[in-house]
Amino acid sequence: MKVLKIATAGSVDDGKSTLIGRILYDTKSLTDDKLEAIEEKSRQRGFDYLDFSLATDGLVAEREQGITIDVAHIYFSTPSKSFIIADTPGHIEYTRNMVTGASTAQASIVLIDARNGVVEQTYRHFFINNLLRIKDVVIAVNKMDLVDFSEEKFNAIKGEIEYLASKSEYKGQNLTFIPLSALKGDNVVDKSENMEWYKGETLMHHLERLEPEDINDASQTRFPVQTVIRPKTEEYHDYRGYAGKIYGGDFEVGDEVAVLPSQTKSKIKSINFFDKEYQIAKRGSSVSLTLEDNVNVSRGDMLVKVTEEPTIAKQLEATICWMDKEPLQASQKYYIKHGVNDAQAKITQLKSIIKTDFSGIEENPSELVLNQIGDIQIKLSKSLAFDAYSNNKSNGSFILINPKTNNTVGVGFIK
Amino acid sequence: MSQNIIQVDALESEAIFIFREVVAQFEKPVLLFSGGKDSITLVRLAQKAFYPAKIPFPLMHIDTGHNFPETIEFRDRLAKELGVELIVRNVQDNIDSGRVKEETGRYASRNMLQTETLLDAIEEFGFDACIGGARRDEEKARAKERIFSVRDDFGQWDEKNQRPEVFDMLNGKIDLGQNVRVFPISNWTELDVWSYIEQENIEIPSIYFAHKRKIFVRDGMIWSADDAVVFRDEEEVVVEKMVRFRTVGDMSCTAAVLSDAVDIAKVVEEIRDSSISERGARIDDKRSEAAMEKRKQQGYF
Repeated sequence: MKVLKIATAGSVDDGKSTLIGRILYDTKSLTDDKLEAIEEKSRQRGFDYLDFSLATDGLVAEREQGITIDVAHIYFSTPSKSFIIADTPGHIEYTRNMVTGASTAQASIVLIDARNGVVEQTYRHFFINNLLRIKDVVIAVNKMDLVDFSEEKFNAIKGEIEYLASKSEYKGQNLTFIPLSALKGDNVVDKSENMEWYKGETLMHHLERLEPEDINDASQTRFPVQTVIRPKTEEYHDYRGYAGKIYGGDFEVGDEVAVLPSQTKSKIKSINFFDKEYQIAKRGSSVSLTLEDNVNVSRGDMLVKVTEEPTIAKQLEATICWMDKEPLQASQKYYIKHGVNDAQAKITQLKSIIKTDFSGIEENPSELVLNQIGDIQIKLSKSLAFDAYSNNKSNGSFILINPKTNNTVGVGFIK
Repeated sequence: MSQNIIQVDALESEAIFIFREVVAQFEKPVLLFSGGKDSITLVRLAQKAFYPAKIPFPLMHIDTGHNFPETIEFRDRLAKELGVELIVRNVQDNIDSGRVKEETGRYASRNMLQTETLLDAIEEFGFDACIGGARRDEEKARAKERIFSVRDDFGQWDEKNQRPEVFDMLNGKIDLGQNVRVFPISNWTELDVWSYIEQENIEIPSIYFAHKRKIFVRDGMIWSADDAVVFRDEEEVVVEKMVRFRTVGDMSCTAAVLSDAVDIAKVVEEIRDSSISERGARIDDKRSEAAMEKRKQQGYF
């Protein structure tokens, strides 16, 4: 069955975890034992309602503080579809975890508290949704029960987001606005009786209608080699299979391919998956390829059709989202992980900080601090074969790793 | 040559990708094998990831000594068939040497004691990556776990400070002494696992299917009546019923469910209609709301 992956976003206390709990409850996805546990805990805490956030806030520190610190992955299905929801934190401090949850999502729900309207974190999360090029974005205006289900309030927020969207570089996004109350259940699964003026779908109706697809719909062939399979048994004495996952396009036996970055040419001899051979392998598939010629291929190399070569270069320009307490500064060195390939990277220029409220850029800053987004130029210790993020999400993104701490400190989107 | 087109299912493709990353990024990986359905699924995925080569890492079982005999028999046979090394480390050894203290009484279980044995084994063999079958849908602390989860040399999970994991890029860089727990089927649900076992026709231990067993009921749960391992009050009456197990942990902490699902198709049907979660039958999780998180912080699977 196909799976639709959705991320939530929004500021602290906008009700993300409550919304997910409500969805689980109304779609009858909470099993009896889990529901009992929530009822019991809600009672213990003296609430006169069911605290659905208890279903997803899985860490002690989260339940203590009533906030979400790290992304939780929630799985449920309706008769027509399977869903994964990444419940992401709203706190600015945990933006890195929000990016973790949202990076592989096809759709996103941005929650806004109807009382507060668009706040700083809404800007930031909406901006990140655009940076990630998430295709379907739902603006869920929550807590409508606390503003007397006011159409005026809803329209004001809608207008503000539409204005932001008009300034975004990414134009392929489908925006949907839904007024709801996660706590009371209005327009989540069931249509609200309190907002006659709203003629659109409920949130779940909308999500059910979205067609699940691979976030990487790139058409050009990309096959990064993860490892070389050499059984060295009698039966497979000369077998040399290049194992990897297809990041774009389809490969066929007989295709003329180039090994990058060396640009050595060969032809695909066989496509293997487990104990069977195939003629064609589709994108997204983890398979093994063998080549006609005994060419030099190792981990990190990429096989592509000869007519579909990406950029091969020792430097690149990218937008980066910084995720570490130690700021990024020009001239610093990091490890770069580009897909399954590793290299060293030196920041040659920090060009700008991009303001996440879409109000422009700050040029030539001295550093990029935690949760800031900016444009940089990087010099690489070896040639990488990459695409622009807008053309291929998997082959157009990378992470930076601090060599001192081994931590993942930034995620980059190649220009 | 075949004319077929291959489109590998997204979850299967992701798991195979993760296995290959482990072998490429680490020097001494090991697959933590319990004989349960999730680790059996891992074994099949590992076979697929490296075929026609053999699985390039050993299997390791931390044996509490309280496992179902059917599981142990199955474990030994599978390892033999695959031709991979099977390492077994026994909790009993740590109890005998006095390093850990066995629980006593009504709810006594050796489940917690596995952690110490596991950490010893990691140190003994110098494993830098331990592959496990945990899934995010099992339990809410597990829902927070990364695919590559870094542990320090005490095996501790720093749950408030996990590395960002974006797209499918997996950062396996660690310091000496640290290790990474790897969860290739993080995004699978219980139903996904069962459907896969059905689709692939994978053999699993017989206790997953309905069978006649001597049981007793406590706290609304069905306990296996094995007086050598499971504590039982005299007034807790033993009866014989048709039951099966949804998860396979220790006899002392795994409850059975009433069932007449005697084959895979019926099991899949039963799971689809179930109103109780899989770990609803795990007595070890019921100790407190944070039971799993606490165990993970201490180095549990």
